[in-house]
Amino acid sequence: MMSLLEVKNLQVRVEEREILHGLTLTVNTGEIHAIMGPNGSGKSTLSHVIAGKPGYEVTGGEILFKGEDLLEMAPDERAAKGVFLAFQYPVEIPGVATMTFLRTALNAQRKARGESEYSTPDFLKKVREVAKSLNIPQDMLKRGVNVGFSGGEKKRNEVLQMALFEPSLCILDEMDSGLDIDALRIAADGVNALRSPDRAMVVITHYQRLLNYIVPDVVHVMSRGRVVKSGGKDLALELEESGYAQFDDAA
Amino acid sequence: MNVAVVKTGTERRLSDVFVLARGRLPGDGRVAEVRQAAIATYERLGLPHRRIEEWKYTDLRALMREVLPLAPMPDTAALACAREALASAAMAGALKLVLVDGVVVAELSDLGASEQGVSVRTLREILENTGNAARADLLLSEASDAMISLNAAMATDGVVIGVADGAQLETPIQIVHIAVASQASAFTRSHVRIGNGARVTLVESFVAAGAARGYQAHDAVVVSIGDKAEFEHVRLMADAPDAVNITSDIITIGAGSKLNLFNMTRGGAVSRFQGFIKMAGEGSELSANGVNLLKGTQHGDTTLVVDHAVPHCTSREIFRAVLDDRAHSVFQGRIIVRPDAQKTDGKMMTRALLLSDEAEADNKPELEIFADDVTCGHGATSGALDETLLFYLRARGLSEKEAQALLIQAFLGEAIEQIGNDELRDYASSLAQHWLEARA
Repeated sequence: MMSLLEVKNLQVRVEEREILHGLTLTVNTGEIHAIMGPNGSGKSTLSHVIAGKPGYEVTGGEILFKGEDLLEMAPDERAAKGVFLAFQYPVEIPGVATMTFLRTALNAQRKARGESEYSTPDFLKKVREVAKSLNIPQDMLKRGVNVGFSGGEKKRNEVLQMALFEPSLCILDEMDSGLDIDALRIAADGVNALRSPDRAMVVITHYQRLLNYIVPDVVHVMSRGRVVKSGGKDLALELEESGYAQFDDAA
Repeated sequence: MNVAVVKTGTERRLSDVFVLARGRLPGDGRVAEVRQAAIATYERLGLPHRRIEEWKYTDLRALMREVLPLAPMPDTAALACAREALASAAMAGALKLVLVDGVVVAELSDLGASEQGVSVRTLREILENTGNAARADLLLSEASDAMISLNAAMATDGVVIGVADGAQLETPIQIVHIAVASQASAFTRSHVRIGNGARVTLVESFVAAGAARGYQAHDAVVVSIGDKAEFEHVRLMADAPDAVNITSDIITIGAGSKLNLFNMTRGGAVSRFQGFIKMAGEGSELSANGVNLLKGTQHGDTTLVVDHAVPHCTSREIFRAVLDDRAHSVFQGRIIVRPDAQKTDGKMMTRALLLSDEAEADNKPELEIFADDVTCGHGATSGALDETLLFYLRARGLSEKEAQALLIQAFLGEAIEQIGNDELRDYASSLAQHWLEARA
């Protein structure tokens, strides 16, 4: 069976500095992978390169998504193909109502896939359902995208989009940063509701805490731009005790 | 006539233009004297240029070069062209007042269909009415500069609107300026007098008919707002891409009144909208906003002078410019707070969005504060679209153009949303949307 995401020997530079030095990662449909590692190990760089953020120079290796060369695609093409990055710091977009944004994005993706656009009633029904399950009040949807949202609300808004766009690969970049335990639980419940045999998730985090809520199938440890160890969910617990220092020399 | 001043070819040409036009300019006696004095003032000052501080960024000697001769009186063919242009510019339900090449055209206007409490007359008929001792006052204004003087000297027509005390107008009044003649000037001057407690919305549209090219529209609007009145003035300028539009609004606001002013500049090769707004009665509120949407080599200038003459008045200004190609936008905002104008609350914010490396935005906010108990502030920014916002939208599936358009709409929205009238706000928004789509 073809893997959903294959990252092979990926080398990435930002300006003159190489951040990823030959990273390899394979994610199959239905799996949840956690990527852990210290600050500066290249976790966020990996998520940005997969999503197509400008400013990164890929100097070697490849990324295949559903067997296709992801690096050849514009960010919006990747989104339409089913790649979703939940941002560590979701941006505020004043003047763009959340509802307008959601509808524009959803219809743009559907159009790119050759699907018909959602009718307004169907769209509203769907958004309301998902928003309710995530405890997102209606008035939040009328406000500008993320404008005045708390950290927890911003992350819930990311999960809302994930539920709405139904991507086949979700990358959650430090979803736990800036969240208190209650906010984390709500966001994690939202993510767990989206677990599916048709979907894979890559959960990037510093801390094991998030993985108590989103339990991974595979845990990878990143250090200095490479995956240095992979294992089952117990690896995360191990790391919580022993720390990342042990991998410094290995890298 | 004046040997001490070295004149450019342009100015000499203007004297000729005035002499040639004289027979077409309504009003004799005192009116003619006022015109003569105004042209003398203009001749002394000359066409504004970059060494005149107020015109530093809009050097008309370089950009406009000369004042073109008056457009001929519109003939049947011209009116047919105008009628066509009017069909797309007219707002449904508005009381229309139509000027073609600087002349009020009764057959295209709703002169007789006024709402209760509204009187509309033409400038021409008042200036020609020798029985009216005050008629020449229509050519005088509190604020003046070279271009306002030129307008007073050359004005051929305009509308004079009176709104009675307490009148609440349900539908907007729309003045539509239609240019038909190419390579010619139109000089219009309108007056609006709003009674105490009245409520009025005025839309002013500038459009080109069919093949009108290279013309000049010179307009002045003198507004006097009584006490406890509400006036919304929305100006939509969509002149031909090689036309010149120089407009001055001179507005006095009475006590406890509200003025909501909005200008959108989309057309014209060279344009200047200048507003001189005097807060003359305590407790009045001003909201003055605008957007410039410019591309190619268009030059658009919005200059606002807000004069807080009395205490306890509030003024807010929000201005946005979106510039593509080699377009040039100018925003000058001056807030004057007179010594007596304590408790003044004045703020302005101007932002320019540059879509090209060659576009230019000049933002010049100025505060002149002579009172000591006031709250005043200003801000100005210029920049490109935020890359992090663009990436966020693209990561959600929007194409580059879609993402840009959404962010530009949001950027403009902050100014457009200030329009009070729902239909006008939607209309202005759709005009901006149309401009964005035409860009792509």
